[in-house]
Amino acid sequence: MAESQAAAAPAAPGEKETNHGLRIALIWVVLALVADLLIWFLWYPHLPPGRMSESAEHQQFDIAVLALAAAPVMIFVWTYFGYTLVNWRHRDGDDDDGPPLFGHTGIQATWIGGTAVIVLAAFVFGTVELIVPAGAGAGEGPNPVWKPSGSNLLQVQVIGQQWQFTYRYPQFGGMETTQLVLPVNRPVAFHVTSLDVIHSFWAYQLAVKADANPGVDNVAYTTPKHTGGFTVRCSELCGIWHGAMFDYGRVITPAAFQVWAKTNEQIQRQKGVLAALPPYALTYDPTVIPQMGKVLIANGITGAGGYYYPSSDPVTP
Amino acid sequence: MSLPARIVTLLVAFAAVVAGAVFIVVHYLGSSLEVVNYTSAASGGVVNVVLQEDPQNNSSSKPDWVSYYVQDPKTKAWVHTTLFTVPKNTRVNMTILGYDGCTPARNNFWSLVQGTIGNSMTVQQFKTVGQPVGPAQRASVRNTWSDCSVGHTFAIPSLHLYVPIASPVTALFNKDGCTDSPCTEGPHSMVKFSFMTPKNTGTFRWQCFIPCGGGFLDGNGGPMQTLGYMMGNMEVAA
Repeated sequence: MAESQAAAAPAAPGEKETNHGLRIALIWVVLALVADLLIWFLWYPHLPPGRMSESAEHQQFDIAVLALAAAPVMIFVWTYFGYTLVNWRHRDGDDDDGPPLFGHTGIQATWIGGTAVIVLAAFVFGTVELIVPAGAGAGEGPNPVWKPSGSNLLQVQVIGQQWQFTYRYPQFGGMETTQLVLPVNRPVAFHVTSLDVIHSFWAYQLAVKADANPGVDNVAYTTPKHTGGFTVRCSELCGIWHGAMFDYGRVITPAAFQVWAKTNEQIQRQKGVLAALPPYALTYDPTVIPQMGKVLIANGITGAGGYYYPSSDPVTP
Repeated sequence: MSLPARIVTLLVAFAAVVAGAVFIVVHYLGSSLEVVNYTSAASGGVVNVVLQEDPQNNSSSKPDWVSYYVQDPKTKAWVHTTLFTVPKNTRVNMTILGYDGCTPARNNFWSLVQGTIGNSMTVQQFKTVGQPVGPAQRASVRNTWSDCSVGHTFAIPSLHLYVPIASPVTALFNKDGCTDSPCTEGPHSMVKFSFMTPKNTGTFRWQCFIPCGGGFLDGNGGPMQTLGYMMGNMEVAA
């Protein structure tokens, strides 16, 4: 288009013809280079979700790469738009029609080829990053496509319930807590499930997000890389207090974690909590917990949580 | 019909519609629960708060759901609300009277008393008001699955406060359980525990963790999701 318009305004005799295409390209290259350097050196280190875990590092890298790819495209559009406004705007007394537009094979091929390369590159990069070990979405799901190697994997069960997450540590006697505490530099397998409705476990700074579905063991992996605090939120609308369903976790040193976990296990064992909890399982079905059934049958109870309400109970008044 | 009559009719009809809309907004959307204020009842950094949980609510025209009540510190009257105000940085001596029957917790982890001073509570059973069944007993766990002994829980998650509330002795409850709320007689438990309010003011939501919404999907609807029943707010004031 630029060439068509340039051709419509031929240079006067002795005057060198302006190469608008070259001008635009030079402006674009300089601006795009500046933008990408700013993104890489200034923005990238501060992009969410940070670098607290291996997953977070990958997610941050992915966002940076996408920003690096998108910035030149966006800047090309802005550059062309700005150049057009300055050079080819309507001027007083110029009421002629613009020059007719004709096809330009080179521009069309460049446009189609360039966009195809960008889209295919984003597809390949995104797919690889999604499934690569410790990548942005590594191994997540009820049937993980990838599992961390090594034998020191820490198992943590995340149990959603309106409106609180609790965390169970099967390697510490099935101890359960309301606060998520993890050791640094040790791979963690989150087994996410729910006791009632659908929740979603989102440890923001750890870059871990997994749906908590009743009856489903949803698995997600990560390795905390730095000590510090992080936020856990429910990211699935789950009832009136969904917005209040959050808590704060901690990543601590391995030695401190051992002390914390063993102390909690010992306390809960002494108080009889471990004995009161059901055997560790990947999912729980409250409708078939035998202890609940015995209680109800033994006492002739007709009202209880969930399944045990008889059909004759009143519905919404 | 003459023109003036038609205009008058139109205006009257319009006014009726507007009045109806205003009534709906004021009566339903504008209605609010009473907030029981305990700040003036605090003394020496301590305040005593008394709640009761009942198997039903027949004290108002609202749904007949299992419900908490809050005692007014001045009049000692029971108020059908779950909103109360306490001062900041104050020791709350909480007393909860459990009139509702037992319900096993879905997650038996809630059997553990957490966040109270000493991480424990005291539980005493009553045949009716003023007639205890045995002495008060201190406990840090009340297993909701081992026997039929817990009706609901009182929890303020943001303060890491979780307390299982004992249900009345089952045999007594099945025979003489309270059917008229707010309950002033009948078998009940008395659970006592203490905790400190935060040093900062704010709103702290509290709830029951036992799905007790009878007739709703998995027991999670109705009273579990409605202010004034099995969830509420503790306002911490200056």
